[in-house]
Amino acid sequence: MVGEAGEAARSAGPGAAAFVPDDAVRCDVAVVGGGLVGAAIARGLAGRGLRTVILDEGDVAHRASRGNFALVWVQSKGLGMARYGAWTRLSSDTWADLARELRDETGTDVAHQRPGGFALALSEDELKKRLTALVRMHNQPGWIPYKFEVLDRAAVQRVFPQVGPDVAGGVYCPLDGHVNSLRLFRALHESFRARGGRYLPGRPVSAIARDGAGFGIETAEGPVRAARVVLAAGIANARLAPMVGLAAPVRPQRGQVLVTERCAPFLSHPLVSLRQTDEGSVMIGDSAEEAGPDDRIGLGVLGVMAERAVRMFPAIGRLNVVRSWAALRVMTQDGFPVYDQSDAAAPGAFLATCHSGVTLAAVHSGPLAGMIADGALAADMAPFSARRFDVSAVA
Amino acid sequence: MFRRLPDAAAMAARELPFTLDGEPASGREGDTVAAALLALGRRSFRRTAVSGAERGPWCLMGVCHDCLVTVDGTGNTQACLVPLRAGMVVSTQDGRREVDR
Repeated sequence: MVGEAGEAARSAGPGAAAFVPDDAVRCDVAVVGGGLVGAAIARGLAGRGLRTVILDEGDVAHRASRGNFALVWVQSKGLGMARYGAWTRLSSDTWADLARELRDETGTDVAHQRPGGFALALSEDELKKRLTALVRMHNQPGWIPYKFEVLDRAAVQRVFPQVGPDVAGGVYCPLDGHVNSLRLFRALHESFRARGGRYLPGRPVSAIARDGAGFGIETAEGPVRAARVVLAAGIANARLAPMVGLAAPVRPQRGQVLVTERCAPFLSHPLVSLRQTDEGSVMIGDSAEEAGPDDRIGLGVLGVMAERAVRMFPAIGRLNVVRSWAALRVMTQDGFPVYDQSDAAAPGAFLATCHSGVTLAAVHSGPLAGMIADGALAADMAPFSARRFDVSAVA
Repeated sequence: MFRRLPDAAAMAARELPFTLDGEPASGREGDTVAAALLALGRRSFRRTAVSGAERGPWCLMGVCHDCLVTVDGTGNTQACLVPLRAGMVVSTQDGRREVDR
């Protein structure tokens, strides 16, 4: 199939009338969306020898990739879908390889660390709720077990001597880590280009139509012809998916982040709500709000986040906040990713969407890109299909 | 590099003793911490958090954040925005501040 874009253009049927063949960009795979998800997949495809193009809206895009919290996080992922737990775990286990490849290919150190991560509880009740959810998650059928520890206050204090008096305990999982996500974003793009990929900004997609064996894609700067198309456009996937017979029921969910000035290292491990970056800043943020496409910050939520952070580590209260922002998570009803593909009768369209573009970068660049290059998602990816939201199909 | 203007009122201003990097020093009433340090001939106020390069005041109006020093135990304090007071303990800063200082 791959490499047939030119052939397909010459034998194009009536559907191709809207596209001017001579002006069209031609490629084996067009990845729509140049955020962390699109860039990771596109890099993997380019590395497998496919002529790959990223069609990106550009810097005006809602860009979760520039607003995320940069955890490579495992411990809380997968209650309700064991397959998601395993997929997350696989990415976490192969993340160091991705970091090494990116350093070798681009010279950029994405500062990946996997010291294990903590979730601290500010009351016995919070700790109990977290533990109950974890036990339910690990008791699911098909769950691949991994180690986590529940720590009382004294045990938390041994790891974090500066912990505040309100901390009742916490959960530790050795699989958790974090990165510098802005450098990751840059390195994925650099690696993609080094592997021969073409990044085309200013290309919001307005239409996708089947065109012979491939796809004709209308963009703001002209048509693109591709043997395959991968939708990785975040929230815009909801609009694009029906154009290729798929569904992406995603909505924006706002998350806010506070960042302090840099200080000397004092936090040896990332927390789910708080971490010290490789450069010394403290990032605070685990809020989730249903606010539609509104990505403005709000002092109410930021205040609660700051207050909880200072209760966990009172010393943070002396640091100056230098930045705050809000970004939009790409969220499904159940919080799990969607990976989907068009019917076997008309193959070639794929869809990927998730709210964990950092954590899942390694599997997006690795196994997922491999499946797309091979032409079909593996059978064990079926739980991720958006068909799970189709009530009549499930009933 | 910097010297005080022979302005009668400024020359008449009260001397304010303070401590700079553990040594006794003095400025004048009306000085900011940055002005006092510059008048004492200090050009480098800190070393940067990332490369360790020397930095000193640039804008002197609160924008550039290059004049950061530790004042009375609080790091990353903008020397150009803090009026000098008698007895202040000022130290130049080597790299990142500490979280609790």
